[in-house]
Amino acid sequence: MAVNRTNSTSNGFAGNQVLYSSRNFWSGLLFGIGLIAFMDEVVFHQLLQWHHFYDLATSRIGILSDGLLNSFAWFAAIFSLFMLSDLRRRNALWPVKWTGAAFLGAGSFQLFDGLINHKVLNLHQIRYGVDILPYDLVWNIGAAIFIAIGLFILSQTRVLKRKKAGNSHA
Amino acid sequence: MQRVVVWSLGIISAAAALVGPLAEQAHLDFRMHMAVHLLLGMLAPLLIAMSCPVTLLLRTLNTSAARTVTAVLKSQPFRLINHPVTAALLNIGGLYVLYLTSLYHLMHESTFFYAVVHLHIFLAGYLFTVSIVYFDVTPHRFSFLYRSIVLIVALAGHKILAKTLYATPPEGVPRAEAEAGSMLMYYGGDLVDAVLIFYLCWHWYKSAAKREPLFAK
Repeated sequence: MAVNRTNSTSNGFAGNQVLYSSRNFWSGLLFGIGLIAFMDEVVFHQLLQWHHFYDLATSRIGILSDGLLNSFAWFAAIFSLFMLSDLRRRNALWPVKWTGAAFLGAGSFQLFDGLINHKVLNLHQIRYGVDILPYDLVWNIGAAIFIAIGLFILSQTRVLKRKKAGNSHA
Repeated sequence: MQRVVVWSLGIISAAAALVGPLAEQAHLDFRMHMAVHLLLGMLAPLLIAMSCPVTLLLRTLNTSAARTVTAVLKSQPFRLINHPVTAALLNIGGLYVLYLTSLYHLMHESTFFYAVVHLHIFLAGYLFTVSIVYFDVTPHRFSFLYRSIVLIVALAGHKILAKTLYATPPEGVPRAEAEAGSMLMYYGGDLVDAVLIFYLCWHWYKSAAKREPLFAK
């Protein structure tokens, strides 16, 4: 939680959250993407070994998309934490907004992975030698739930922001 | 003191890649070859760049010699090869040429090509490292966003090549060796690039404090 160190205002601001509202959003979003990509690698590739490093059916465009996506997620995971640290030192961390954006990022990445990578590009499947339909359903509905949670939390911060902005004019 | 340590580690990883048991095995085994590639083309350049050799050179030279060095660094040809995109093309593009043409075989048959390829791997790796993260003296600078995008695309290129090699290994490389080697390339590349990303973001973190005052009212 951000602690009020510098600007003590009478309108209920804890710090610079509203000023750095979009940085909170981006930091959370990128962290969500990085975290889910990392979990995918650790849980499904390494621990369960359901996913394969390479699937013989993989197309060139699939390898390309996968490479770009994972490389971006790797960067996002690291950069988002530096942004988080930057928000902390500015007394501008908005945990609710950050968490909402993280859910949104994680859900979007998983939905993209589930629909585009697994189904459209046929990069690899969730698991091999089983009826894949239930796995796909759980995967993609899970992603949709993540996105819904993220959007709900973010909508709450919008109300808060309006209240805070309203107060500051009073 | 820190510089001496990273410099020495850098030289050790380059040396381990070029002489001794690992270098000998690299002729025969694709996995060992990949270990050499990671050490010589990624880890050694990173560690040596962290020791800031150009800063040391400029500090120890007398003024007029130092001016000549700076003039060379600022010159047009240097600007071109030190551009992040050029450096990425030389680095990652060079690997595509090495593994997807007959150069890989040629390298193992001729000492000349062996020397050229290994020199290129190290120099291109170094050039790429210093064009992305400004550890050392850097006359021509590019924005954080620009360098981040180049780094992401270059890392993607490395991953794509690793998976391509998994699927279609260079001629004469046995299946199992190719699979293990390309996975080493994929994850090893991730590991070293994580350090590059870390320093790139760390520099952003430090400069962000100067760009925007920390305690905005």
